[in-house]
Amino acid sequence: MVEPLVWQIGTLRARHEETPRVTTFTLSLPAWRPHRAGQHYDVRLTAEDGYQAQRSYSIASPPSRSGEIDLGIERIDDGEVSAYFHQVLVEGDLVEVRGPIGGYFVWEPADGGPLLLIGGGSGVVPLMAMLRERATANGGIPTTLLNSSRTIDEVIYRQELDVLASSADGPHVVQTLTREQPSGWTGYGRRIDEPMLAEVLAGSHADPLVYICGPTLLVEAAATALTNLGVAPARIRTERFGPTT
Amino acid sequence: MMVGSMDDPLMLDANAVAGDLYDLFGVELTAVLHQCASCGNRAAVGTLRAWTRGPGTVLRCSVCSDVVLRWSRTSSGMVLDLRGAALIEVPRA
Repeated sequence: MVEPLVWQIGTLRARHEETPRVTTFTLSLPAWRPHRAGQHYDVRLTAEDGYQAQRSYSIASPPSRSGEIDLGIERIDDGEVSAYFHQVLVEGDLVEVRGPIGGYFVWEPADGGPLLLIGGGSGVVPLMAMLRERATANGGIPTTLLNSSRTIDEVIYRQELDVLASSADGPHVVQTLTREQPSGWTGYGRRIDEPMLAEVLAGSHADPLVYICGPTLLVEAAATALTNLGVAPARIRTERFGPTT
Repeated sequence: MMVGSMDDPLMLDANAVAGDLYDLFGVELTAVLHQCASCGNRAAVGTLRAWTRGPGTVLRCSVCSDVVLRWSRTSSGMVLDLRGAALIEVPRA
């Protein structure tokens, strides 16, 4: 018997700016329940006149951290929910949420690997939950992250990814910067394409379980290219962000 | 752009509307099996493509792009059209 999913009032415990556009919001939840990496929460805002706006945001924290969740939220300039989080919400404020939701784009250590995680922009948020879960559960699952950002300052979780990548049994982290590369940059400097994925596949373990999350066109390009390169479609799971608000 | 085009930048995955599907079916639906009434493709509901910016929500088959499920919210609840689904394996709540 699965407990029904109900709306609950969370409390903002902390906010941490990851990049100029993406902030981590840590919510304490009275009815917290363990999630699976890749799942999200629905957030609902209600105006005084009863108007409601609802969005879903990916969980960045691993399920091993009980009682609270980290939501990674990108600020969209005309977004009614993300703008409220970024511009209005302060520690101690209350937020209506329900979750965890989503049973498809999820990974648990029992699902095994090897893993190939591909993220674009804030698409790395649910992949980070997978990497953090992998680190706490079993560091031995061979894992590669290919992460696409516009500039070095927009790489979400950059320091933590560097630390993870340099640790024993850590994931192999490949970064690409599509708009601007700092001098001495050794990663890729273009959008994810088939030749790049061919190189990443060649440097990874065979027959990976693939999770792709990002803007719709990035996901479409990466999934199509991987299929062309011989990855079985059944091994590829996608989550398209689209232009969110 | 063609309606239902698979290179529509507004296209999402059904994961994005897992909350709505929960409201409709009372269970987590994205991991369960469905069959497209048009082409017969059997796959997880989560593989469906979602369009969420219209007056309602439309889920299309990832293979043939025909409509599988669509619904809208009204003042009194939700209206669901599931003619495009040959079957959905709804698990016990």
